[in-house]
Amino acid sequence: MMRMITYAQALNEALRECMRQDEKVVLLGEDIGRYGGIFQVSAGLLDEFGPQRVMDTPISEAGFVGACVGAALTGMRPVAEIMFIDFSTVAMDMIINQMAKMHYMFGGRGRVPMVLRVNIGAGRGTAAQHSQSFHALFMHIPGLLVAAPSTAYDAKGLMIEAIRNDNPVIFVEHKKLYNEKGPVPEESYTIPFGQAEVKREGKDLTIVATHAMVVRSLGIAEALAREGIEIEIVDPRTLTPLDKGTILDSVKKTGRLLVADEGHKTCGVAAEISAMVAEEALYYLKAPVLRVCSPDTPVPFSPPLEKAFIPDEKDLLPAIRHLMEYV
Amino acid sequence: MDIKNDRLCGLYTTMLKIRLFEERIIDLYARGMVPGLAHLYIGEEAVAAGVCATLREDDYITSTHRGHGHVIAKGAELNPMMAELFGKKSGYCKGKGGSMHIADMAIGILGANGIAGGGLPIAVGAGMSAKWRGTDQVTACFFGDGSSNNGTFHESLNLASLHKLPVVFVCENNGYGISVSQEMHQPIKDIAIRAIGFDMPGVVVDGNDVIEVYKEAEKAVRRARAKEGPTLIECKTYRWRGHHEGDPNQGGRYRTKEEIEAWKEKDPIKRLAQKLIVEKIILKKRLTALEQEINEEIDRAVDFADKSAFPAMEALYEDVYVQEGEK
Ligand SMILES: Cc1ncc(C[n+]2csc(CCOP(=O)(O)OP(=O)(O)O)c2C)c(N)n1
Repeated sequence: MMRMITYAQALNEALRECMRQDEKVVLLGEDIGRYGGIFQVSAGLLDEFGPQRVMDTPISEAGFVGACVGAALTGMRPVAEIMFIDFSTVAMDMIINQMAKMHYMFGGRGRVPMVLRVNIGAGRGTAAQHSQSFHALFMHIPGLLVAAPSTAYDAKGLMIEAIRNDNPVIFVEHKKLYNEKGPVPEESYTIPFGQAEVKREGKDLTIVATHAMVVRSLGIAEALAREGIEIEIVDPRTLTPLDKGTILDSVKKTGRLLVADEGHKTCGVAAEISAMVAEEALYYLKAPVLRVCSPDTPVPFSPPLEKAFIPDEKDLLPAIRHLMEYV
Repeated sequence: MDIKNDRLCGLYTTMLKIRLFEERIIDLYARGMVPGLAHLYIGEEAVAAGVCATLREDDYITSTHRGHGHVIAKGAELNPMMAELFGKKSGYCKGKGGSMHIADMAIGILGANGIAGGGLPIAVGAGMSAKWRGTDQVTACFFGDGSSNNGTFHESLNLASLHKLPVVFVCENNGYGISVSQEMHQPIKDIAIRAIGFDMPGVVVDGNDVIEVYKEAEKAVRRARAKEGPTLIECKTYRWRGHHEGDPNQGGRYRTKEEIEAWKEKDPIKRLAQKLIVEKIILKKRLTALEQEINEEIDRAVDFADKSAFPAMEALYEDVYVQEGEK
């Protein structure tokens, strides 16, 4: 049965279901127990599963992420929460040198089935160490899977898939989406990795959008539909693996591509997708590929600067107008 | 060691200034004038005041997410501080850093830090630098009990002791890292015992007794300046407010009202005020006047911040890299 719940609640349900089904699923992280996680994603789970399986960790990201690697190698399915993606840097050795490449390095002996939950996104006035969107960094590392849900529905389905998946997954949430509601089935379901979804169909222009950029793009698309511009919005849902087919099909149909991602522009998600399209569908393009991303600056604190920093309608609209000038 | 009367009055003034500043932030935050996060220091004033009173202007501190008290005690001015908290151009960081990142190289404030445990290695570096440059500058490094579990704590104490660096490690043990109590995040009662493992002195002090803090800090600073190496001082104290403003129940989810009330009884400011009056070091009238003077200074700071402009949009792109010729 479908009901409207928030993105955070959808994640909570996914964790709960997986924990009920599989004793090997354990949660670790700072303030995830009694506090329920600072964004309430693990709310109530301590009560149901007890402190053995919902473990409040000390502030020691390298320690508990590394411990998850060890636990995963020896048969568990840990899900760790890093309070903000910004603090994953503290555990980078464990993520990049250990978690990501063990399976390969050991010639397929051993696997690391763990999920590392992080969140990105500016807009809460928390400056340059609590607002970053450097999820693209993880796409650069072979061996990691990177999930990027934009809706409550996708959040639940992708999380269940991530927990059951035998690879290490970086599960990238967006903090401005936690309170967004959407229809989510009560029962369990999974969304396979590497399957993009067309969130809106259109024939004039493709926006490949991630996370909150999906929501921002949908708003604009509705407004422009009134002018007769039909925008197609493709949400990759996982960044690794990336569903090239759905993106290419859309670009071949519309001939115009805008990639919208909240990470920095240089070497970001949008750069990768743009390059992929240039390699594989250049002759279908009527216009240059445009990227709407965060500027290559740290996230500023001051509200007007932060607003300017966040890629949104003010950046999307001129880019769309520009692309529509090409016929 | 006997502390001179004017020193006692100085300690009192600093603590009161921190308290009144923080109390004003409660109000400003509630009215939406301070964006983002504000982690208040109320209840812990004796630590910053006691430690910083033993430092010279050219000595250094590294601070934390709960940094307003540290920087005020080190001599930060209220106008640019308040403006920074408002996100204004006239702020310490031109509005780019906000509450968690106040810095002022001119008076040795090497930055408040949003990363728990992030300041410790930086303090070690400042200590190495003083040694390399052949000065007798000392660095005081503030961090919380929660942050003392991060790897940086262990690595920093080891380095500092190995090289006999002029660093004073000041652990502000307020009993909690967000919602996780000390018993739940480390197996030891006194963090100071960790000093043994690094062959440096470790002392526990009543962090609500500014005179005790001052005396121990004075010893540690003297030792550091004499190139005898670092000290770890653990100050047992308590934060009265929630982890940050906007937490509606002030931490009621993880601690009891009784506990909070019991600590309020141990108010470091009242405690010193009583001593000053009973020992006739100062007249009660003078204390009241002092409060008014400080409140007026804060009024001026609020007015300054309020009337200051937000940064211009171009500022978003400035300061990412040092420009040629920039001072
Ligand atoms: C590396 C890192 N992990 C997690 C956090 C989130 N966080 C911010 S403050 C805090 C608790 C810090 O506790 P403590 O060091 O005791 O300082 P207190 O807040 O009590 O002053 C946590 C977990 C962070 N800022 N940095």
